[in-house]
Amino acid sequence: MRYLIAGLLALTPSLALADTLDKGDSAWILTATALVLFMTLPGLSLFYGGLVRNKNVLSVLMQCFAIACAVSLVWLIVGYSLAFSHGGAANAWIGGLSHVFFDGIGRDTLEGSMPKSLHGLFQMTFAIITPALIVGAFAERMRFGAMLAFSVLWVLGVYVPVCHWVWGGGWLAELGLYDFAGGTVVHITAGVAALVAALVLGRRQDWPGQAMKPHNMTMTVMGAGMLWVGWFGFNGGSALSADGNAAMAMLVTHISAAAASLAWVALESIKFGKPSALGIATGMVAGLGTITPASGFVGPGGALLIGLAAGVVCFYMVLVVKQKWRIDDSLDVFPVHGVGGILGTLLAGVFASTELGVFSGYGFAKPDYGMLQQVGVQALGVAATFVYTGVVTFLVLKLVGLFTPLRVTAEEEAQGLDIALHEERGYDI
Amino acid sequence: MKMITAVIKPFKVDDVRDALAQIGVQGMTVTEVKGFGRQKGHTELYRGAEYVVDFVPKVKLELAVVDERVDQAVEAIAQAASSGKIGDGKIFITALEQALRIRTGETDDDAL
Repeated sequence: MRYLIAGLLALTPSLALADTLDKGDSAWILTATALVLFMTLPGLSLFYGGLVRNKNVLSVLMQCFAIACAVSLVWLIVGYSLAFSHGGAANAWIGGLSHVFFDGIGRDTLEGSMPKSLHGLFQMTFAIITPALIVGAFAERMRFGAMLAFSVLWVLGVYVPVCHWVWGGGWLAELGLYDFAGGTVVHITAGVAALVAALVLGRRQDWPGQAMKPHNMTMTVMGAGMLWVGWFGFNGGSALSADGNAAMAMLVTHISAAAASLAWVALESIKFGKPSALGIATGMVAGLGTITPASGFVGPGGALLIGLAAGVVCFYMVLVVKQKWRIDDSLDVFPVHGVGGILGTLLAGVFASTELGVFSGYGFAKPDYGMLQQVGVQALGVAATFVYTGVVTFLVLKLVGLFTPLRVTAEEEAQGLDIALHEERGYDI
Repeated sequence: MKMITAVIKPFKVDDVRDALAQIGVQGMTVTEVKGFGRQKGHTELYRGAEYVVDFVPKVKLELAVVDERVDQAVEAIAQAASSGKIGDGKIFITALEQALRIRTGETDDDAL
């Protein structure tokens, strides 16, 4: 929240203390920026790449890579400005155009105690990973061009506004929504978009009748490990300073990941007989996604409980979405990220309380808020993000669908996207 | 001359190779194969989704031996490949009509 305050101060220069550059803060955020990009390239790419069949591995890597490139340009051109600059009369909903093309941001421009260019870049890496997460929902069947158009429009239509609501001084920030590193902004938006995309595009051919098992679990577990490490930058960096807040955010992030991993494999062992590598890696992602909104507001005791809850709830939601609802969210983006984001955003309002003994956190957003008010704001944030994302994602997909088919042909799908769309193969051995 | 074809469990390959080397077998061809017998397949579970794998990985050995070595070779394979459990594999013996060593032009028994 520190950057919010810094942002507000920057808007009222007459009242603001002069910002001064802090080399420690800047050094940490420079590092954290690299860590968050590392989560997408190659962390998430490998995690997803290993989970698809070998005829589609390149298409998934390619989608993550291309999203990173395209979203970077969108962020430079207009995304950062609309998310983080002041939107005047419309500021509750969307930012302004004062930083289009990073206009007005030079070497000496500061955002809090770091260069503003660094703030823009750090936030860019979040804008990259969010649409990249959605790739898991439509993997193995979406056309490349349609995917790219969807990702760009989705970032503009969903990510940027929600980011502004929560982190750019918009209406949810005003209400005191606790979302430290992206429970609503990143995980709920990506998760809900994944669910909608899976429904709009439809199931993969022959799913669920035919086996579509991961082709390279080693790659997936490697990618998962990179995600865990990168998440230190994601949550620890969201303190936007190199201080106790960052350190505590990193600690609770780690504890939640560990707890959720073990909870997942424990359940798996009880229910299916054996603990699996995919289980421990998926539990880890669930634990990390779930602690994300809470990471700056809770203590390690709270993080332990949040992690355990993440492991249990996301575990069952994977089964519900795939086996009960029969929705082919192919790599389980909604049950892991969407549900984790919802759970974590709600639990942030609980474990921020200073009155839970060893499970206490660091207090609520406003002096007159109790747990009920804070959880109420959290629930409102979840509901608003969920509904807005659902509607706009649907519209964006339909819009793109007017110009180009979203899906490859049945023949291309059977052949595999690597050959059909890229004329390459992942493996020639 | 006989062609011995053995389909065995993959982790027994080294034992079988050693056993055959000990009785003086000079060479064989090894192929990774899949198939099913009475062992049937197995199931795999990914995030709770169950996949039945019908074909089990095995290793196929092919070796050509002179008639008087056949019983010895078969016994060596059978002994080394046995774990006593279902899925240990099978050994097939077929008649071999001709053999030729490419480098020297030797034929039949001399070529083995």
